[in-house]
Amino acid sequence: MNYETVIGLEVHAELKTNTKIYCGCKNEFGGEPNTHTCPICTGMPGTLPVLNKRVVDFAIKAGLAMNCTITKYGKQDRKNYFYPDLPKAYQISQFDLPLCQNGYIDILVDGETRRIGITRIHIEEDAGKLVHDDYANCSIADYNRCGVPLIEIVSEPDLRSPEEARVFLETLKSILEYTEVSDCKMQEGSLRCDVNVSLRPFGQKEFGTRCEMKNINSFRAAVRSMEYEQKRQAEVLSAGGVIVQETRSWDDVKGTSVVMRTKEDAQDYRYFPEPDLLPIVVSDEWVEEIKKTIPELPEQRRSRYVNDYGLPEYDAFLLTSSKKTADFFDETVNLGAAPKTVSNWLMGDIAKVLNDRELEAGDIPFSPAQLKSLIALIEKGTISNSAAKKVLNEMFNSSEEPEKIVEQLGLSQVSDEGALMAMVQEVMAQNPQSIVDYKAGKDRALGFLMGQVMRVSKGKANPQVISQMLKEALDKA
Amino acid sequence: MKISKEEVLHVAKLARLKLSDSEAEALSADMESIIGFANKLNELDTEGVVPTAHAIPMSNAFREDVVKPSYDRDAMLANAPSAEDGGYTVPKVVE
Amino acid sequence: MHTLTAHEIRDKIKNKEMSSKEITKAFLDRIEKVEDKVESYVTILPEEAMKAAETVDEKIAKGESVGALAGVPMALKDNLCTKDILTTCSSKMLHNFRPPYDCTVAQKLKDADTVLLGKLNMDEFAMGSSTENSFFKKTKNPYDITKVPGGSSGGSAACVAADEAAFTLGSDTGGSIRQPASLCGCVGLKPTYGTVSRFGLVAFASSLDQIGPLAKDVTDCALVYDQIVGYDAMDSTSVNRKYASFEKALTGDVCGLKIGVPAEYMGEGISEPVQKAILAALDSFKALGAEYEDMHLPLNEYALPAYYMISSAEASSNLARFDGVKYGFRAEKFDDLVDLYAQTRSEGFGAEVKRRIMIGTYALSSGYYDAYYKKAQQVRTMIMQDFDKAFEKYDVLVTPATPTTAFGIGEKTDDPLQMYMADICTVSVNIAGLPAVVLPCGYDANGLPVGLQIIGKPFGEAAILNAAYALEKNISKVRPTL
Repeated sequence: MNYETVIGLEVHAELKTNTKIYCGCKNEFGGEPNTHTCPICTGMPGTLPVLNKRVVDFAIKAGLAMNCTITKYGKQDRKNYFYPDLPKAYQISQFDLPLCQNGYIDILVDGETRRIGITRIHIEEDAGKLVHDDYANCSIADYNRCGVPLIEIVSEPDLRSPEEARVFLETLKSILEYTEVSDCKMQEGSLRCDVNVSLRPFGQKEFGTRCEMKNINSFRAAVRSMEYEQKRQAEVLSAGGVIVQETRSWDDVKGTSVVMRTKEDAQDYRYFPEPDLLPIVVSDEWVEEIKKTIPELPEQRRSRYVNDYGLPEYDAFLLTSSKKTADFFDETVNLGAAPKTVSNWLMGDIAKVLNDRELEAGDIPFSPAQLKSLIALIEKGTISNSAAKKVLNEMFNSSEEPEKIVEQLGLSQVSDEGALMAMVQEVMAQNPQSIVDYKAGKDRALGFLMGQVMRVSKGKANPQVISQMLKEALDKA
Repeated sequence: MKISKEEVLHVAKLARLKLSDSEAEALSADMESIIGFANKLNELDTEGVVPTAHAIPMSNAFREDVVKPSYDRDAMLANAPSAEDGGYTVPKVVE
Repeated sequence: MHTLTAHEIRDKIKNKEMSSKEITKAFLDRIEKVEDKVESYVTILPEEAMKAAETVDEKIAKGESVGALAGVPMALKDNLCTKDILTTCSSKMLHNFRPPYDCTVAQKLKDADTVLLGKLNMDEFAMGSSTENSFFKKTKNPYDITKVPGGSSGGSAACVAADEAAFTLGSDTGGSIRQPASLCGCVGLKPTYGTVSRFGLVAFASSLDQIGPLAKDVTDCALVYDQIVGYDAMDSTSVNRKYASFEKALTGDVCGLKIGVPAEYMGEGISEPVQKAILAALDSFKALGAEYEDMHLPLNEYALPAYYMISSAEASSNLARFDGVKYGFRAEKFDDLVDLYAQTRSEGFGAEVKRRIMIGTYALSSGYYDAYYKKAQQVRTMIMQDFDKAFEKYDVLVTPATPTTAFGIGEKTDDPLQMYMADICTVSVNIAGLPAVVLPCGYDANGLPVGLQIIGKPFGEAAILNAAYALEKNISKVRPTL
């Protein structure tokens, strides 16, 4: 029996505000434990929360970018549970009137566009961190992260494979980056993801029982956990078993998941409206104001790249997956470089160097103007393609202009027709047999002659030019 | 109305309260009487009535996204019953 | 000296007839003399108080500008956070808690250059109507030390009645300022919800709590309110509004004032001496040119059950933070984390607090939310509409503050529901967020004070204080003999 996989995701993104959601403490990653706290975010008796307006601005912005309806009358609610990383023993969140509802994101999978529903986006406060000290057999709570503002983005169960889910996550991440509401650094925890997986026989309308998976710290881990869960559930069902609704914890090192809690020990959060905070009334004017701050989103950019620059969809998708990369592309093209060439560089050699050096996409240390110069040098024939790769690598190390680097490394190629013609003729004169061979149909002879010219020129001859010259000369000979 | 001892113990668990048997029994009786008293509210037809969460109708209390100095860690930890390495310590949490 | 009112002290200090050190010493001496009998203080601060008094005196001597209540000694209920000073809420749970911050009202009174004499006893976490739920001690009613002072601001009321401070601050969630003020024969004001900042008040029921003054007369009440009222950006539920001086608005003119007397507050359950005193007071009002009339608040009987659902639910959540991790009491023996919580909370909280937490948790729990919490909030809307209708016709409403005069210590501690009934005259006011002032209007055969409550429209403090001011002149105040 073949099963259809149904996946829904819950993504938490930390918002890039200056301060926490309910107090004026700095919203900053890291720092010595408990140095970014105050009586409010540590829940001292008598303290009260006051909502940071920018949190609402950012949430509305994210909601609009994901085509959501913005709730006109929203409220915040208390989610009550006990845990040492939650100082008030309740988290202020939104229960039944979230800020944004009923949106969607379009993703590109296997050349096809799929629309994935966004059920809701709501604001809430983050909890602190627990560090476990095995030696002293205790856990230590650090409240620096308490009160960091989060948006929780819940997708409809519209995803049908781990790969689709991965593309969804990448697309979501790029939207959050473009709108500049979040840093989206999974390794710093500013983007977190919980996964819900269920299976059902193809054609069945009802959903199967789903399992939730937590403790996922990277997109790769997300994919691995979904693949694992898919397999696990299929095995249970094929053996005639029944899926139990559970929350499982993913162990990326072992590549397995373990049960955290079942439906029976599911928490009763006793949600009720937060009496210390007022309702959030969002006017049409406010929404319009935020709309104006939304930049060209990935989808629009992709269309522009395809329609205006004639780039293939695939290129457009890769370029726009990171705002920094897309911005770099746009700037370089605006300086006059050819779009397809720039695209090839960004997706090819530059991406490779970034990956090798473990840099983030778009964290390019040189300027668009410098890339344009590099491209121009190739087009002018000053350097060969292979030399250009060397120059590029050096551009990652120093802030020098490409022309300077070419000079320093002595990489300029000879393109001067007169000089090259002399070399061609010299080589032809020294290798009459090759001319005979070529005329007899042995194409290898051309390669040999080219190699000779390159040797004479000490590698500096412009390959395209001498290739053309040799062919013409051989034809005439 | 009846509130069973099991319900009392379940509520106590939610509230992280430890009750002796006699306490649980006494609370069961108290809760029955007080919640029973609250059942009086059912005499009123509240169909379509909007619940009041705030006595004075207001909305949109915000603050600007401006940093305020955080409190000195020592001042914050001064009241902690158990602190170590700059943090609040608890028995090891099994996750 | 200790019998002077706050406004007398203020004026004498301003006129340099008296120094703050003199009057502060007088109160400290008084405390030493009667505190064994009254037991209204949890923490007394003699050195700090004398030092603060000295600072004020110096400033005045140098001709520097000083605050509006410069040099006036006062005390605060122990659920108001005072920086680096023990703030216990009369609970074992916070027996050693020193907040690193002041509540907003404490800061305002500091800005007014008052002198803090100490922190006052209360029912644990403000839950109770007799101050018998305090972990530390039972405060006595200065009029009869075998009787309760009321609660939960019993210490605040007894302190004023015993002349152990010029004025005090208390908090009122279901009557906790007004009921003790009534039983102890002092003036107490519960302001409109949102007019006084709750920042730094240890929360009991967030949508009901308000801080207010307890004082010797209405003028004192008004002048203290002048200092603590106002918008606070640290409290999202704080109303952004400007206020004219309430002290200056006291004229005593109540000509044409339309008084409603809800029949539901004058029925059975209200003791005979109380009814008598209220009726006499109403006649005084009439003689002063006001008119009164019987009327109805038909939903009144639902206020108490709604109050207990709402307040317990909010309290159960507000008190969840007390777990032995960040501050306060921590159990010594526990097996693991869950046990740390359970053991700490079971040892740290008293019986009444545990009872309310249990009720509140139940009311919010899965399956019961709609039937209890949501239902109570809906009834709340209806009760507010009841009052709105009443205020279309009347300017103020007059009721007894408590059904009886002070009851005996230990008399009502066996039946929680019986104790809750002590609040029947006061809770609906918190439910509706309205202002209400209580003042003594007479004494029963045993000399115990009877309190009269005047309820006003939202932001109607000026009207109710003025009505109280007018009535006060007709009442011969009797001091307790200690």
